[in-house]
Order: sequence, then C-alpha cells, then structure tokens
Amino acid sequence: MKRVQVTIDGNEAAAYSAFKVSEVIAIYPITPSSSMGESSDEWAAAGKKNIWGTTPLVQEMQSEGGAAGAVHGALQAGSLTTTFTASQGLLLMIPNMYKIAGELTSTVFHVAARSLACQGLSIFGDHSDVMAARATGFAMLASGSVQEVMDFALMAQAATLEARVPFLHFFDGFRTSHEVAKIDRLTDEEIMEIIKDDLVLAHRQRALSPDRPCMRGTAQNPDVYFQGRETVNPFYDKCPGIVEKVMKHFAKTTGRAYNLFDYYGAPDAEHVIILMGSGAEAGQATVEKLVQKGQKVGLVKVRLYRPFSMDHLLAALPKSVKVITTLDRTKEPGAIGEPLYQDVVNTVFERGLTRFASYPKVLGGRYGLSSKEFTPAMIKAVLDNGLKKEPKNHFTVGITDDVTHTSLECDESFTIEDEAGVCAIFYGLGADGTVGANKSTIKIIGENTPNYAQGYFVYDSKKSGSMTVSHLRFGPNPIRSTYLVSQAKFVGCHQSVFLEKYNVLEKIAPQGVFLLNSTFGPDEIWEHLPKVIQEQIIAKNIQFYVIDGYQVAKDTGMGLRINTIMQTCFFAISGVLPKDEAIEKIKGSIKKAYGSKGEEVVRMNFNAVDQTLAHLHRVNVPARVTSTVDFLSPVSGGAPAFVKKVTAEIIAGRGDQLPVSAMPVDGTFPTGTTQWEKRNIALEIPVWDPSVCIQCGKCVLVCPHAVIRSKIYDAALAEKAPATFKSVDAKDKDFAGMKFSIQVSPEDCTGCGVCVETCPAKNKKDVKLKAINMQAQPPLRDEERKNWEFFLDIPYLDRTRVKQNSVRGVQSLNPLFEFSGACGGCGETPYVKLLSQLFGDRALIANATGCSSIYGGNLPTTPWTFNKEGRGPAWSNSLFEDNAEFGLGFRLSIDKHSAFAGELLKRLEPQVGTELVKGILEADQSEESGIIAQRERVEALKKKLVSVRSNDAKHLLSLADYLVKKSVWILGGDGWAYDIGFGGLDHVLASGRNVNVLVLDTEVYSNTGGQASKATPRGAVAKFAAAGKPVAKKDLARIAMTYGSVYVANVAMGGRDEQTVKSFIEAEKYNGPSLIIAYCHCIAHGINMRTGFENQRLAVQSGYWPLFRFNPDLLKEGKNPLTLDSSAPKIPLKDYAYRENRFVMLSKSMPDRAQMLLEQAQQDVYRRWAVYEYLAAQALESKQGEDRS
Amino acid sequence: MDLTTQYMGLKLKNPLVAAASPLSEKLDNIKKMEDSGIAAVVFHSLFEEQFSLEAKASQYFSEQGTESFAEAVSYFPKVTDYLLGPDEYLNMIAKAKEAVGIPVIGSLNGYSTGGWMKYAKDIQSAGADGLELNVYFVPTNPALKGSEVEDVYLSVLKQVKKNVRIPVAVKLSPYFSSFPNMARTLDENGADALVLFNRFYQPDIDLENLEIASNLVLSSSLENRLTLRWIAILYSHVGASLAAMTGIHNVWDVVKMLMAGADVTMMCSALLLNGINHAKIVLDDLVQWMDKHDYASVKEMKGSLSQKSCAQPEAFERANYMKVLQSYKPLGG
Repeated sequence: MKRVQVTIDGNEAAAYSAFKVSEVIAIYPITPSSSMGESSDEWAAAGKKNIWGTTPLVQEMQSEGGAAGAVHGALQAGSLTTTFTASQGLLLMIPNMYKIAGELTSTVFHVAARSLACQGLSIFGDHSDVMAARATGFAMLASGSVQEVMDFALMAQAATLEARVPFLHFFDGFRTSHEVAKIDRLTDEEIMEIIKDDLVLAHRQRALSPDRPCMRGTAQNPDVYFQGRETVNPFYDKCPGIVEKVMKHFAKTTGRAYNLFDYYGAPDAEHVIILMGSGAEAGQATVEKLVQKGQKVGLVKVRLYRPFSMDHLLAALPKSVKVITTLDRTKEPGAIGEPLYQDVVNTVFERGLTRFASYPKVLGGRYGLSSKEFTPAMIKAVLDNGLKKEPKNHFTVGITDDVTHTSLECDESFTIEDEAGVCAIFYGLGADGTVGANKSTIKIIGENTPNYAQGYFVYDSKKSGSMTVSHLRFGPNPIRSTYLVSQAKFVGCHQSVFLEKYNVLEKIAPQGVFLLNSTFGPDEIWEHLPKVIQEQIIAKNIQFYVIDGYQVAKDTGMGLRINTIMQTCFFAISGVLPKDEAIEKIKGSIKKAYGSKGEEVVRMNFNAVDQTLAHLHRVNVPARVTSTVDFLSPVSGGAPAFVKKVTAEIIAGRGDQLPVSAMPVDGTFPTGTTQWEKRNIALEIPVWDPSVCIQCGKCVLVCPHAVIRSKIYDAALAEKAPATFKSVDAKDKDFAGMKFSIQVSPEDCTGCGVCVETCPAKNKKDVKLKAINMQAQPPLRDEERKNWEFFLDIPYLDRTRVKQNSVRGVQSLNPLFEFSGACGGCGETPYVKLLSQLFGDRALIANATGCSSIYGGNLPTTPWTFNKEGRGPAWSNSLFEDNAEFGLGFRLSIDKHSAFAGELLKRLEPQVGTELVKGILEADQSEESGIIAQRERVEALKKKLVSVRSNDAKHLLSLADYLVKKSVWILGGDGWAYDIGFGGLDHVLASGRNVNVLVLDTEVYSNTGGQASKATPRGAVAKFAAAGKPVAKKDLARIAMTYGSVYVANVAMGGRDEQTVKSFIEAEKYNGPSLIIAYCHCIAHGINMRTGFENQRLAVQSGYWPLFRFNPDLLKEGKNPLTLDSSAPKIPLKDYAYRENRFVMLSKSMPDRAQMLLEQAQQDVYRRWAVYEYLAAQALESKQGEDRS
Repeated sequence: MDLTTQYMGLKLKNPLVAAASPLSEKLDNIKKMEDSGIAAVVFHSLFEEQFSLEAKASQYFSEQGTESFAEAVSYFPKVTDYLLGPDEYLNMIAKAKEAVGIPVIGSLNGYSTGGWMKYAKDIQSAGADGLELNVYFVPTNPALKGSEVEDVYLSVLKQVKKNVRIPVAVKLSPYFSSFPNMARTLDENGADALVLFNRFYQPDIDLENLEIASNLVLSSSLENRLTLRWIAILYSHVGASLAAMTGIHNVWDVVKMLMAGADVTMMCSALLLNGINHAKIVLDDLVQWMDKHDYASVKEMKGSLSQKSCAQPEAFERANYMKVLQSYKPLGG
C-alpha cells in the first residue's frame, strides 16, 4: 500500500483519525486541544467524509460538561461519537465518563494532556488531568509522538468497539499536540482494515430505540448496586488482550508495531525506567545512547495505562532488573507516590516474584510538570540516581527544590543531538511571521526530501510584541527529541532588538551559522553587537550573516512580514537543500499557501524571494571583541526586591533556574509589577500637541494599555519639569489657574495608534495632524522617559473634585490597570481600565478564565496595580465556568464581614463612642466623598480599638475595613457569560446581591483563537462556525432585564463614550446585581485594530449594537427603567459588518449563504430594535395606565 | 417603428443601454433591465486594484495576530475554497448570460499591464458579448506629458484587442488636448466604440469634519451638454460606434444624443434615482416622440443634428460661446 507522508502536528493527527471513524463529534474549545475541534469543523464544513462516505456531524457545545453530555446522548442513540479536550475540560467531563464507562459504551475521548489549575493555571502539558480521570473506568492509551497519536487514535477506536470499554487516548499538550512532524498518514484502506464493520453495527444495535425499547440509567438501591458494579469486570479483564490484538493487526496492516508496554535498552538491564507520553521518546533515545556506551539500562514505554496489565508489564521487563524507576508527569500531594509509581509498586509486590528472583527496588519521581523540559541530561540523572547506594525516592527532576530537597542534580552538558541531523533555532516576533515560515520550511523539507523533520514553537506570555522561538530539527534518522534544541547548527535572529536582552547564541554549536536581521550592513553590524554576542561569535567560530529583511519587505510590498525573506535566507545559507531547489520549493509552498488569496499576494512573495539573496551578506568577523555593551536589565532599577529576584528572572527567560524557594507557597503574587518591565515594543508613539488639544480626555479613555495619561495640577509644579515636558493651562473652568499635561510612557506604549484615531481635535493649519500624532519612538525614548517619570510624581487631583461621570473627568483618575500584555489596540482593556479608575481602590475582582485573565494575570508581570495609598484591586481567577459564583462568594464574605463588623461595633459602642458608631453605621457611601469620609472614620475606629482589650475588639479590628464600601466586579468574556458560565451568571443575577458583572463581549472565544460562542453574530465566520454562524446572537441583556431587579447596560465605548462612563457609575451605585455588556472589538474580528472604535461606532449606528440602560432604581421613581441611548438604525448592517473579515470571509467562501445570512441578520437588527423601542415606550405607557386607573 | 441600432458590432433592439453601475451587481436587476426594455447592459467595472487590495487585506486580516500566542495560534478557520477577485464577477457574467437574452458587456478597470490582458480574456471566456475598457486615469504627476497619458490609453487598447475576439469599447474622459485626435487614434487602433464620457467621481470637502468627502452625486440632464457637443463633432470623424452617457435621464436626452450622432445612449443615474422601470417609461416616450415627430426609425434620427449635418456647425465651436455670452442678459438688466 502506498505510503502517504504528511507534515502535521499532533492535534491534526488525532483529529484526522477521529474524523475518519466518527459520525458525531461534540466540541468545545480548550487549550491545547482546541485545534482538534477546529479541524473537525473545517473538514465538516468542506464536506469531507469519514470512511463510510458520510460527513460527521460536528456540534459545538456550551462547555465540556455539555460536550460530554452530548457525546453520552449520541452514543446512547447509536452513533460513533468522539470529543476532544484537556485539563479543566476533562474534569468537567468526568461525571459523564463514569456513566459512559458504567454503561460499557464504546467511544474514544482524545485528550491533549495539560496541567490543572492549582496554585496557578497553566496551559502547558502534563498528565494531571488524565490522572484525575483514572477512576472513571475509561481505558487509557498514551501516545508519545505525532505518529503514535494518529495510530493510537485509530487503535483506540478499534479496541473500544470490541472491548466495549470507553477509551481516553491522550498525548502531551503542546509537546505532542503542537509539535509538527513528518509522519505516515493512515490511508482509508488501512483504517477500514482496522475498524471492523460488524463491531460498528453491534454498537449501533445497542442504541436506544423506540423500535426495540429498553432503558438505561436506572436508580439502584443497596441490594443490587454493588453487584451491578461488578458486572463489568470481564470486559476490563479482556481489554488488554483486545488492545494487544488490535496492535498486532495494526502492525500487520501498516508495518508499525506497538505493544502494551514497549521495552528499549539492554537485554540485561539492571536499571529500567518506566514512563509514558512524549518523555518516553527522549527516554528511549537517551537509553539507547547509554547502552551503546555499555550501560545496563533500559526503558519501558507504557502504552495502555488502564486497564493496567501487570503481566504484560512484567513480561516487558528484563529478568535482570534490580532497580525500577517510575516517572510520573503529575503530582498528587499527600499520596505515598504518584499513580504510575503506585501501579508499579503494586505490580512488583503482587507478581514480581513470577518474573524476578528477588524484588527489585522501585523508585518514583516527578518530571515535566507544565511542559517543563525533560532532557537527556535529566533522564541520565534519573538513571544515575537509581544506581546510587542511597538513591532518592519521590524525587523531582528538572527543577531545583531547595525546600524539601527532592530534586536530582543534572549535568546539563550531557546532550545526544544527532550529528547527522541539523538543528536550528529562530527568534522572531509574533507579527513577523517567523513561526509560519518555519512551519513552511518543515513542510518543504519533510515533504520533498527523505529527511525526517520536527518543529516545536515556544510562544511568549504576552499578546502584543511577543517573542517566538522556533526549534527545528531535520535529519535522516527518526527524531525522538521531545525537548528543545540544545545544540543548534543554525540560529536565526529575526529581530535585532532581541540582542539587547537575550543571549540568542547560547545554544549555537561551534562553527554554526548565525543569521541576523538588522538595518546595519555587514560592515557596520559588529559595532552594534553586545559583548556576549561578539565573544561567542569569535569563540565558536560562527559563520555570521546579516540581511536588512525589513528593507526587502518594504521594497517588495510585504510590509512588516519578513517571513518569506528570512526563510529564503535560511535555505540559502544552511545547506539543508541545494539553493536553487530550495527556492523552487519555497515558491511552490507560497503558491500553495497563498494561491487562494490571489495572484498579487503570490507575486509579491515571489518577488520577496527573488530580492532576498542580493541583500544577504556574510560578515567578516573581527578577531577581537570590541563591544563593552552588556544586556539590558530585565526590570528597571527601582523595582522591589521580589520583582528583582523573581519576576526579573522570568522576564529574562531564566525562570527555569528559579528554585522552589523563590516561588510563593500559595500562588499569591504582588500586583503592580508591569511597571517594571519596560518592553519598548512600539516603533512609533503618540506625541502631544498642546496647541491643538481640547483636553477632552478621549485619548486617555481609549488607550488600551494606560500609557497615555493626563493630569491637572498646581502650576508651580510645572516649573520643575524637564525641558521637553509639555503643559498648558487647564481648560476646565473648575481648575482655572492650574496646568494640564498629557504624557505618554514611551517604553510601555505598544504603538497601536488608537489614541490618534480617536482624537477629535484637528490641527486647523494641517488637518492630517491632530492633537496627538505618531512619531518614531527611538529618538524620543530617553527624553520622554524622563518626562514620564516626572509626570508620575505629579499628584493626581483630589478624587472628590473630579466629575467622575464624564469622559473629561475620568481622565484625571489614576488607572489601576496598566501596561497589560493585551493585543495592541485591544477592545477590552479600555473598559477594564475605566473600572479600575472609577472603583479600583475598593474593588475585588473575580475574573473568568480567558483573555482578561491572561493579560490580567499571566506571569511574569501583573497589570493590576495600586495607588499611592497602597489601595488597589484585589484580583483572582477561579475557573472558567464558575466565575459569577466565585464573585458572588466575594460579595457574601464582604457582606457577612461588614454585617458582623456592624454588630461588633454596636457591642463596643461604650468603648468606641456613640458618635463614631453612629457615624459609621449611618454613613452615606453612595458618592466618593462619603467613602473617603467613612475611611477616615474607620481609621479613627481602628486607633481606638487598639487600646480596647477584648475579643470583640480584636475581631472588629480585623473586620473594620469592611465597613468601607467594597465594590465586587465579576469580569469575563462572552464565552463565559453566554455559554459555559451562563447558568451560574443567571443565578447570581437572580441573587439580588450587590455584584457588578462586566461582560467583555468580543463575540468569540478570543483567548483560545476565536471560536464561536452564543454571542457570535449571525453570518460571522468563526472557528467552530466555519460556514458562518447560522443563528442570531443571544440577547443576554434582555434575558437579564426580565428579572426587573437587575441593572443592565449595553455599552460600546466607540459608539458613545459618555454613555459607557455613566453606565459604569450607575451599575456600581445600584444596590443589587448589575450587568454591563460591553462591545469589544477584537483581533479575532479580522479588523484594523487601530480603528476598532470606528467599528464600534458603526455597530451602534447600524443598530446592531444598540446602547441602552435598564435601571431598576427608576421604577421606584415611577419612571421607565429602560433608556435607549442610541438612535434607530441609521446605516445598513452591511456597512458595518463588511468592514470585518469575519463577515467578509463568508461572502468569499459561500457567497449565497453569506447573502442569505446577512439579510436575516439585518432583520434581526430591525426586530431587536423594534422590541427595545416598544419596551422603552410600553413600560411608560403601562405606568401611565396604572396612574389613570 | 424601428428602434434598432448597431453598437460596437452588436445589433441592439433600441438605443437605450444600461451603463456600468452597481445595479448590475445583482442578477435580479439585470433581469429587470431586460424586462423594462433595455437593449444591453454594461456590467459594473471589474477593478483590478480592488482585487489586489482585497487579496492583500484578506491575507493580512487572516494572518493578523497569528503564531504569536500559544493559546491562539490563529484566529480564523482555514477556508480553502475562497472566491477572490474576479471569480465572483466572472460568475455573475456567466449567470447573467444564462438569465437574459440582451447583450452583456463586461467592463474592466485595470491598472497593471498584466491585469488588463488576463481579465479581458477572462471576461470573454465568461461569455460577455463585448468589453468596455474604463481607463480611469487621473494624471496627478506634473512631470507626465499629455502624450504619455494618451499612450496609456492606446497601449491598453492595443493589448486588449490583441487578446480578445469580442468588440471593445473605450470609455473616455474629455480631458485631452485634442479630443478628436485622440478619438480618431483609438478608432484607428481598433476601438469598436467610444463611450463619452467617463464621469470621474469628484471629491468634496466635509467642512464639519475637515475631511475629503467622496460621496457620489448623481448626474442630471444639465450635465449632458459636454457629451452632446463631442458626439456631434465626432460623428463624422470616427468609424467606431459612439455611446453617449452622463445626464441621460429622459426621452429628450436620448433623442438629442441620437440626433447629435450617438449610436446608443447609456443610462445610469436615472435608473438609480427612479428605479430600473424608468427605462420603460423613456422607451415608451421615445416611441411616442418619434411618432409625434414623424420619425420611422432611430437610424433616421441618428446624426441628424451632428456638426456635419446641422444648419449651424459653428454652434459646436467657439462661435457658440460668443453667441451664448452675447445672449446673456443679467436679471433686471
């Protein structure tokens, strides 16, 4: 049979097999498994077929719990059904998994195994999630490589059909799910050979059907439940044998052989390690290397982990074994050992003497949590440990544990890179296309040469200006290196700015090739390199090349995309392929990638390829180091000790070296740390022209990163300003005689330009200029840094003097959310910042998992910060699905604390004094001035309490601050509010408690890459809605309004900013639940992020996003609670929608469907507006009616 | 009554043609045009740079933010079957040809040499009966000579004529030093028809927002004098068909143009303003007018008041200017 070789990642491999053997696929996005669902949806939309010639039905659900329920139902109704998930998603599936297994239902769940959220969330890979599902009764099959993923996904399906035990097929998140590798693709013939149709028919025959009625899911009592539970035993007993049979059949069909436990190493090994997943690949390669050197070591790869076959494991182990070390990629605090360790100990204890003359020693250790590197050096350390006289048990490897001293020492110089292959590392920016180019390179080499190829990509924790590091390997031998490249024969640095901060040559091999993208030519570059870089170039005898990639990109119309150019350079100088052949292949790949985007794009890329070689130069490396420049410090000098000791190391890329003692024990981190990380990612920054400025505050309001700020201050302060610091007289009459300044933080700005687009003031002499204009950052950096520092020291206005309900006023409030890692031009963060300005000094924030929890809480630095008095938002993220409940919990605690404090206060009235007690308990805290006065009273109270000797006083002292009004905010995106968290949100809104919910509605799951939610508009293309969303967006506001007791506002800052500010203030003031639904433009809309607020304006004008407020307090005044703040639709929906790629895409891919959905969506707009107009009028009329009666 | 006419080698049932406009973007409208009696339809223009921009935008917005962040390595589903640029346009021509019996004329607005040839051939392959070249060229570079501007037109025409069999019309602006010479040169180089005139969208200024406004102002009958003059002058000087457009709103506009020498009149603003059915009213009016004025055929009218045939040929020249000025009497004067 003809072999088809493809270069794909693990997720695509799993989805490929799953799609081929499924009829129903229920999906829900969660990193790192999302792309399995995305591929399935795309293939279904394109009409691709399974092996029976029909297209599987792909259904997105509202949560993983929902997906599992849908899977369970589809299985019960007889379909071959699958799903994909990871981490918390798998946890949500567990209840159904027990049911599915208890009912002996054939299915396979494919899991990109990922860490669980404990002291912190991590999207990266380990086995914590799958280990939490051990007790469900699912069989568990572990893949360790992309090829295995495709193969095991199929074998799991074959086995489950025969065994009737459901299967959890898992592989390591990111390391395998995202590794791109060249593999053999299963053909339809092979798949048909492996999957037995009679078993499929039997599965279907077991379905619930009214034509042969039966029932499942009965409630059972103590008399029979136990016995019923034991009925499944024979199925589990037979399962390993069935899997073994399937594996043999598979080997015969495809030539790829697997066993339940595969042994590699010396036949007379004395020390064997046992593990599963991708780490076993690196383990195999390391063991084989050591065996070549004569060591008696071996390794067992666990394939079928559940049901655990002790006999098969023992049979795989050489009889000579004296020490067994098990390696678990998970942690069970409090257990006597991790799961695999316990299984192996039990195996040895129960049956060991059937295989060995005496009991071998069994050791256990943990490795690789959250995709922590697992290298040959670590594996060797594990092997060395086992042979020591007093080896460490329950050890860790890969970290430095200086607290409980579990960690093993590693000799990092031990590497086993294949000399016959080529390893390469590329440093790029997210925006420059480096990763895309490398994926293309892997495909070119993988699909056009006999070489094996592997690519793995490391991304930044920021969404703007983020660095990517690509690790590529090519070579004639199979690649089992499931760890980052350690010795690179080629290093490409696609951004010269990285040289200022990172040692990009740390891993270059002697005589390696170094390619640098720089504006400096071959004769100038040397003088611009830091000392460490020069030293390494000379010491390692590096071949050094430069190209001005951005100039070539500019000349060839490629803009900032240097991907094609740098890829051409790589092929030209790496020698991986003959140059001409490589260029031909690059062009072929361009044609393939961009052919559908039109000839112009292809032509442009071809031109870039052709122009590149003329601009690529080898640098004559001098014999001596001339530079005295060191790397820039990762944080600025004034940073606090923790930031310098811990945060700075993480920023510098040295987080792996931080010991356990450096980490907080309970996941508690300081806030306000983004200010120390000066990223300098903006090419241009806004520059203020005071002569044109009208001091409206709009630029300050819309800035997504809080880098443009204004202050009104005492004129005397301006006299001490640096020379280039600008100020003018404040225009606001309330502040006559004072000065006004707008200042930009040059090193924190992302250069998005949103402020300039929003500025309404035009220079009358030259109308292309405004009151703020973008200018190149580098020449301004130093002086503006000084100006910024001066500006920070200027005190903010007294908050009670600021008109907080106006945009002009808000600009004078201190933002307590700054310099986040959100996308440049982000549509969410301006709302978040506004919240922080208005209520930050007394806010507790519950943040649903998603974009806002990532830019808000992803290490290394935190944008939530505090004011001069040390007050600021306290923030936490619980989960995705429970955020409303989590926030309600805050409120309940605060209310209880506050009430108890009140009770204690009354009890202590004799000691505290009646006047103060009365003042505190009767305080009006509805306005800022009232809150400030209350704080003063509470301070006075605390002073008094210090001298009162009683338990009540002690308690009151600890609770007194709760007597000052606290503001609870529940933040999250539409995926949370409309889908996974809707049930909880609904309940919290119905609770009547004083919580404020801010829904940052981007109309897709932005953080996981733009999957459709119930907020996605009809006709928009999104992942999981590749054929355009067929139904209208859920009207969450109207649902909330039906309670009559919930404050609801629909806002769009770009539509009417004053309405947004007013809504926030009213919502917070309302003593009950409030819901603000904020339109957030998003990169996932396919828009120009610089003009995102214009999209918002058009959304409002078209009536797609009406602005309104529903304030139950107005009912008390006999007024209509609903106020419409925008007018009836003024422009056709099309004029708004077709500015966005999410809508345009469908008009290009399915024009007729796009037209139909657009027309329906237009009707949605008219209908929705009519309803709101009616409600706004009707409520008033009914009130009038009551008055008349 | 014989309303037939010949235009760029096509026999048309009457002299009323729907000019290139957004109306032709919908198949229903094209059917309505035929139903209301329109003799041929010129498709809206296929703008080469629009496709190029569209392609670049599609690539940019599909790739923006990708491969930057581990959780979101992309933001859109991969769509392989993507209709871009001319595909939709060509599909529409093919659909229109299937749906109506009247001739369908493609319109091409290109800017690169390769684009003109490729798309002209594509339009022909899609089944168009003719092709109108809309050389929308506003020379803003002071270094560019008039002759170079003329060369742009000629070179486009020559290339297209070399590559297609269907008749080719050239839509012109009046801004040439010697318009008749330009017209004749195009005629000599194979233009099957000349369309007078391209109505450049003129920019406006939005005083409130201090911006250049690009709102479209529809034509009125008052604007057709320029066309009328040049049709009348060219009538006897070129062999190519002449199409009169800009300001064709009613039967009098049609009759005047025919009498000046036009083979067809092209209507755009009037249809946008009044609806497609307006054509039927104009055609009915035409029959009535001809009946009332005793004309048996369009052919009889054609060119009857051209510069060559009219009693005062100087009226189309400088003398007319003098006459108009002399006849002007200020109000109350």
